[in-house]
Amino acid sequence: MKIVVCVSHVPDTATRIKVGADGKTIDPAGVTYIINPYDEYAVEEALKTKEKLGTGEVVVITLGSENNKETIRKAFAMGADSGVLLKDDNHRDSLGVAKALAEEIKVQDSKLVFMGKQSVDYDNSIVGQLTAELIDFNCVTVCVKLEINGDKIIAEREIEGGREIVETSLPAVITCQKGLNEPRYASLKGIMASKKKTIEEKSAASYTPTSEVVGMHLPAGKQPGRIVGSDASAVPELVRLLREEAKVI
Amino acid sequence: MTNKILAILEQREGLIKRSGFEAACTAVNLAKDLNTSAEAVVVGDVISNLNEVSKYGIQKIIHLKNSELANYSSSGYTEALTNLVKEANYNVLILSNTALGKDLAPRLSVKLDAGCAVDCVKLNLSGNDIILTRPTYAGKALIDVKLLSTNKVITIRPNVFKAQVVENSAPVEIIVKEISQVNLKSKVTSFKKSEGKLDVAEADIIVSGGRGMKGPENFHLIEELAEALGAAVGASRAVVDAGWRPHNEQVGQTGKTVSPTLYVACGISGAIQHLAGMSSSKYIVAINKDKDAPIFSVADYGITGDLFEIIPALTSEIKKVKQS
Repeated sequence: MKIVVCVSHVPDTATRIKVGADGKTIDPAGVTYIINPYDEYAVEEALKTKEKLGTGEVVVITLGSENNKETIRKAFAMGADSGVLLKDDNHRDSLGVAKALAEEIKVQDSKLVFMGKQSVDYDNSIVGQLTAELIDFNCVTVCVKLEINGDKIIAEREIEGGREIVETSLPAVITCQKGLNEPRYASLKGIMASKKKTIEEKSAASYTPTSEVVGMHLPAGKQPGRIVGSDASAVPELVRLLREEAKVI
Repeated sequence: MTNKILAILEQREGLIKRSGFEAACTAVNLAKDLNTSAEAVVVGDVISNLNEVSKYGIQKIIHLKNSELANYSSSGYTEALTNLVKEANYNVLILSNTALGKDLAPRLSVKLDAGCAVDCVKLNLSGNDIILTRPTYAGKALIDVKLLSTNKVITIRPNVFKAQVVENSAPVEIIVKEISQVNLKSKVTSFKKSEGKLDVAEADIIVSGGRGMKGPENFHLIEELAEALGAAVGASRAVVDAGWRPHNEQVGQTGKTVSPTLYVACGISGAIQHLAGMSSSKYIVAINKDKDAPIFSVADYGITGDLFEIIPALTSEIKKVKQS
């Protein structure tokens, strides 16, 4: 069985965001890009599933520019088998991303797809569901526990105040949340092997945008407030401020 | 064409949630601006507070009913709602960006050929266009999005759009539609409640602890303060990664982005990822012994000092004022 993992190439979470010259996207100068943190859980779950089945191939798919190959190599170093780069140098909305992924999943003829629950750049957390609907797969989002037996899936997903137990079946897209597993570190052997694995390049399926970013701006900065004191004697004054000034308690 | 707006309200255990009323209210306000009407829908079995939507200006609510729909089913809800929307030609759907809303909205957008904008914190009209503002990079930047399709699916961030009561509102017309066949390709079979009493994503007040707490054994101080305030317990990434606290309490990028009324950060230095996830809180209190910690750059009130003395004092002071 082919197991597909969709990964995205995103700015490191420590990045200080500056708005770029176009006023719609970030200024990429000096930004370090990494594999989307949630996608590491997806790669790990795909590898674990393959190991449990004792057979199969883990195919990594990414959409973007030549630079995305670094992120595929990262998944290779963890143990993924092969990679596909769907080339598009332009920004796409989520549906545009999902359409490209959905087309490639059909080509790969896979029944099981993993991806992070969201990319930490645009934070939409909808690409998994969109992709699944486009190819009529089931989809469990924000997954923190997964059991697959034959075609049957029992998964736990995180919701407000607890976890929902979801029953569904293959074919399916699973979007992965922190807590699902502990992503393995790349071994030296894995890093060496990653250099020999092949990345297939294709042009991404075309699409018509359904949304447009018309502007990007930074949130209004917060003014530093007041230091009420430096020990427990400041507590009554703090509580008074919270009650009388902020009126929050 | 005339817009027809539908608010999709979330229910849990037969009760429409506060976030559902926020969606209803947002739909009513948008309808006013667009000079059209807004209706609401709820999917579920028996719903006991349907009448309450009238308080928020909704005059017609459709109840898609079947006992199999009491719990969320992504396939069942998507199918029932898609059929309704197509039948009645709604073209703007508004949901709250809860776990359910986030899961459901994109599915509807594919079925309805609709552009989808999620987690919006502002809706503005520019001519006939709805411009949606939403955070990206965990709130480090905001983008303004225009949906280009005729059909539009919008989710709004909980706690941002307040559910305002409309005075002297007319009673609501309730239309119950029995759903004869439910698509149960995916279904929720049960719910496991987490140990914490309140979830950071839904709480009005959050008390968070970081590495300054020195160990998991000291988090009872955070829990006691949270209890006194009626708050949820949150945590920084450092303490979650160290295994001191569960993942679902993590606030920040790669955790939850929150905007409560009050956020109390204890022993949290304020890494950029953490600040991104909580700096839109209305009021922030920081307790940290390092006066140069970045958390003080976003805090409204701070105490620089030993949190092992300050937190218990704060807990007892709050108990005292709450009793009086």
